[in-house]
Amino acid sequence: MEADTSLLRRLRGGDEQAFADLVARYNSSMLRLALSFVSSRAVAEEVVQDTWLAMLRGLDRFEERSSLRTWLFTILVNRARTTGVREARSVPVADAGPAVDASRFSPSGAWAVPPDHWVEEAENRVDAAKLSELLRGAMSLLPDRQREVVLLRDVEGLTSSEVCHVLAISEANQRVLLHRGRSKLRQALESELGGGQR
Amino acid sequence: MSLFSGLLHRRPRDLPCQQVVEIVTDYLEGALSAGERRRFEHHLAVCEHCTEYLAQIRETIRLTGRVTTEDLTPEMRTDLTDLYRRWRAEG
Ligand SMILES: [Zn+2]
Repeated sequence: MEADTSLLRRLRGGDEQAFADLVARYNSSMLRLALSFVSSRAVAEEVVQDTWLAMLRGLDRFEERSSLRTWLFTILVNRARTTGVREARSVPVADAGPAVDASRFSPSGAWAVPPDHWVEEAENRVDAAKLSELLRGAMSLLPDRQREVVLLRDVEGLTSSEVCHVLAISEANQRVLLHRGRSKLRQALESELGGGQR
Repeated sequence: MSLFSGLLHRRPRDLPCQQVVEIVTDYLEGALSAGERRRFEHHLAVCEHCTEYLAQIRETIRLTGRVTTEDLTPEMRTDLTDLYRRWRAEG
């Protein structure tokens, strides 16, 4: 796969194919991220297009200290937040729910209803498409901030510092959001694959 | 704490499972202090359920990493080609 820096060099030289290659590489991720901020597909596509245009216009200023992907995501999040239908009504509500429901522990804090074993069996029991569907569904139920962090970290594979940069949040905040989000996704998988309740 | 009493009694500094599941992410993110990390790992060494829980969180991360992203539709591809050409025309 051609490196981003090489594609950028070609793009700066006026190569339209380089733009098409970057679109093929990043557009899907950008669209998904945009959908996490705005409620309609049409608005999300608009945000993504605005982002590409901002990227083209900023091409000369981009200094490649951060990765191209982080730069694109940062532009996108800023655009999405100014457009954001969702963002406007979702001032972060403290979500203090536990990682695992308290009813599953004894008063001493030890497991009373321990997790069933399903780890090596997930993909044998449920096909990949269904697992993907299940996780997408569970992600859509997460509070916005948690979904954004999980999306960037675990779906897109950004590092924690990249996520903090893109979303403009602290490392500690990022960890809390990631923790809540992952805990709920695990619970969703367990509900499907294991016997544990809630 | 002698080894002997450690075998017979629950050690007072042991983490309860309910707390272990709340610091799993800090553990994976390398955000625990050296002491907290030792207590966490000590707990895992003696608790199969929390070991299972950690494995499930790792599996959740792995499976989440395989969730496919939105498709790039032909319409969007065309729109973006137009956008590129308009930008070029801006000069
Ligand atoms: Zn335990």
